Amino acid sequence: MIHALLLLTLVATQDTTAGKQIYTKWCAGCHGDNGAGDGPAAKHMIPPPRDFTGAVYQIRSTPSSQLPTDADLLRSIDEGLFGTAMPGWKSRLSDRQRRDVLAYIKTFSTFFADTTQRPQPIKFGNAPGGGSGAEALKVGRQFYDSIGCRKCHGDLGRGDGPSAPTLKDDAQHPIFAANLHENWRFNGGGTVEDIYRRLRTGLDGTPMPSFGDLIENKFLTDEQLWRVAQYVRSLSPKDAPVVRDVVHAPLTKSLPHAPDDSTWTAVAVYWFPLVGQIIHKARWFSPAVTGVWVKAVHTADSIALRVVWDDRSQSPDTSWLAHVGRVFATLQSDDSTPEQPAPWPDQLIVQFPVSIPTGMERPYFLMGSSGAPVYQWRWSSIARTAPVAGLARGIDRFEPLSSGGPAAQAVYDHGQWRVVFTRALASTDTASQLPFRTGRAIPVAFFASDGSNGEHGTRMAISTWYFLALDEPVPARVFISPVLAMMLTLGLGMLVVWRAQQKTSYRRQQ
Amino acid sequence: MNGRIFSVVGGMFLLTVCSKGDRSSVQAAPPAAQPAAPTADVSAAGGTITGKIKFTGTAPRNPAIDMSEEAACKAKYTTPPTEENVVAGPANALANVFVYVSAGVPAGQPFAAPATPVVLDQSGCRYHPHVFGAMVGQNIEIKNSDPLLHNIKAIAKKNRPFNVSQPNAGMTKMVTFSAPEVMVNLECNVHGWMHAYLGVRPDPFYAVSGQDGSFSITGLPPGTYTIEAWHEKFGTQTATVTIAGTESKTANFTFAAH
Repeated sequence: MIHALLLLTLVATQDTTAGKQIYTKWCAGCHGDNGAGDGPAAKHMIPPPRDFTGAVYQIRSTPSSQLPTDADLLRSIDEGLFGTAMPGWKSRLSDRQRRDVLAYIKTFSTFFADTTQRPQPIKFGNAPGGGSGAEALKVGRQFYDSIGCRKCHGDLGRGDGPSAPTLKDDAQHPIFAANLHENWRFNGGGTVEDIYRRLRTGLDGTPMPSFGDLIENKFLTDEQLWRVAQYVRSLSPKDAPVVRDVVHAPLTKSLPHAPDDSTWTAVAVYWFPLVGQIIHKARWFSPAVTGVWVKAVHTADSIALRVVWDDRSQSPDTSWLAHVGRVFATLQSDDSTPEQPAPWPDQLIVQFPVSIPTGMERPYFLMGSSGAPVYQWRWSSIARTAPVAGLARGIDRFEPLSSGGPAAQAVYDHGQWRVVFTRALASTDTASQLPFRTGRAIPVAFFASDGSNGEHGTRMAISTWYFLALDEPVPARVFISPVLAMMLTLGLGMLVVWRAQQKTSYRRQQ
Repeated sequence: MNGRIFSVVGGMFLLTVCSKGDRSSVQAAPPAAQPAAPTADVSAAGGTITGKIKFTGTAPRNPAIDMSEEAACKAKYTTPPTEENVVAGPANALANVFVYVSAGVPAGQPFAAPATPVVLDQSGCRYHPHVFGAMVGQNIEIKNSDPLLHNIKAIAKKNRPFNVSQPNAGMTKMVTFSAPEVMVNLECNVHGWMHAYLGVRPDPFYAVSGQDGSFSITGLPPGTYTIEAWHEKFGTQTATVTIAGTESKTANFTFAAH
């Protein structure tokens, strides 16, 4: 009996000693031994790890200024913070371990021991119905404008508002206004309920304020605030994009050269995530471009490849220089000389092998090697219509080719680049410029830099190899043959049945 | 619902028009001397510390503010607005210095916070006042006089930080701070140039230097005090002053401009 009671007490209490061991093993690398958010890895992260000493937390169910509840903190530990370096720990640590580490984290701040600081969670209602209807979204959009969301998040929500370049967190680190088209990267989750809660509570420690007072002030109703959340949710796709390895380029009658040509509407889109280039010096841990959306078509003699990516600025843009300075001050550089902010352009590189490989082997994905170069199209926001074709023999060796490169058209629109590359399928210089062929899997990779985030040279976002397939026109026999085969089988079957019936009736007559 | 939206939008429009017509209400000139906030519960019988605050060297230029995104704020100025990092008066007088008794006030002597709130106004996309004090527990009324979104973020270590929004003129919010802290930083992230500084004190013995650099702390009981002067760009300075009765003592501070 006593043993059982002891066991119960043990289970019910959180053990800060055990929590410290877990913290030291799993958390201190980023959050630091003393919880100040200054672990060895911290200098490679934007946003930086949470500083627990101030007890200021973004993801809460409590009003701005209040401490989070244990359940709030546990949710961040369990699920992680999407779009950041903080992973979820639910599958790696036991319930007991996560509770212990939660108890230990709270010891870093005196606020949690202060009995006057009891968090009082807000009672959130349920989302009103009809949230995806046109009328609801219209109301949501109206309040998106009137409560000033666009100031930071931009007119179309891509995090490109007029105040976006000036944003800092409480510790003066640079911070991006969320791109509202990527709800799978929202720190506290991407559902309508998550967005509504962030609107009510704000994200303490960041520029995102609480809009909860507005309901009390009768500036808007609770339902209208929900409509804002539903509108914001509607900006992202229904489901987070998944990677499909092969970009299928259908055959079209005419080649769409313009990024907004109506031909593109009917073409399937493929999404590829990009990550920081952390293989070669100078490494880059904080890429601004998180992915590219790719479409491709071809005609009998040419190919058009459309690459779309979200970028908060049309670089070079001097209004982002102070942001670049903050990025450099936050991240540890592995260059011997610290860099000075400069107005760099945005860049996009599309990479192919020099020729379509016959087997599984492809050149090194990160811009080839001296022995096995890759063929690249390099587009820059300065020379928008004149991408440079060339051979890369490693990340820092690029040899431009004098002729035969692609043409390009580019549009920058409310935080988004849309670029179309066009080129003839055939190549006169088959030794260095890839001839495109239908019906083959052509390796392709993408690289992007946001100049206004301090990205240039090897500081960029990269992808691995994917494939591009120029679909061959489907011959008529593909459609006719199965029908013929089915009819033949049916006929034969019926013949067999008929013969069997004939035999049966013959025997009966006998 | 549509009617409500219309009235909100219409109200904003009206406010924009009104504020445009009322250009004189906010001047680009530096703020006038702010009287020390606490007057209610302080005995006038005590000693007084007065002084002048100056700086040596050349004051750095206050950066111009680009308000082109906010026409309603821009319309409130007749001359191009600047930040208020260093507000200098005649003869190198230094305004916006928070002067307070940092040590020497006997412990265990609770001072009641004044019943009247301190008002922090957001007007013309600047804070008024730029530097101010309040007592622990004293109400601070934050109000928005601009017909546009301001967020008010308090960055504090000893107090709980907060970040709230006021998307239209006429909105107010009452806040209090529970622990002494010099200074609490207040800022607007929509308008990165907007900063205000708040000294939270457990006693009423503080003041902010005015345009002529002068300040006055009254009602001090006899004792020896450490006086600290804080400036947002020039740092802090201290002086020791002994008060014997109802006398008035002088404590002048000189900062070096850098």
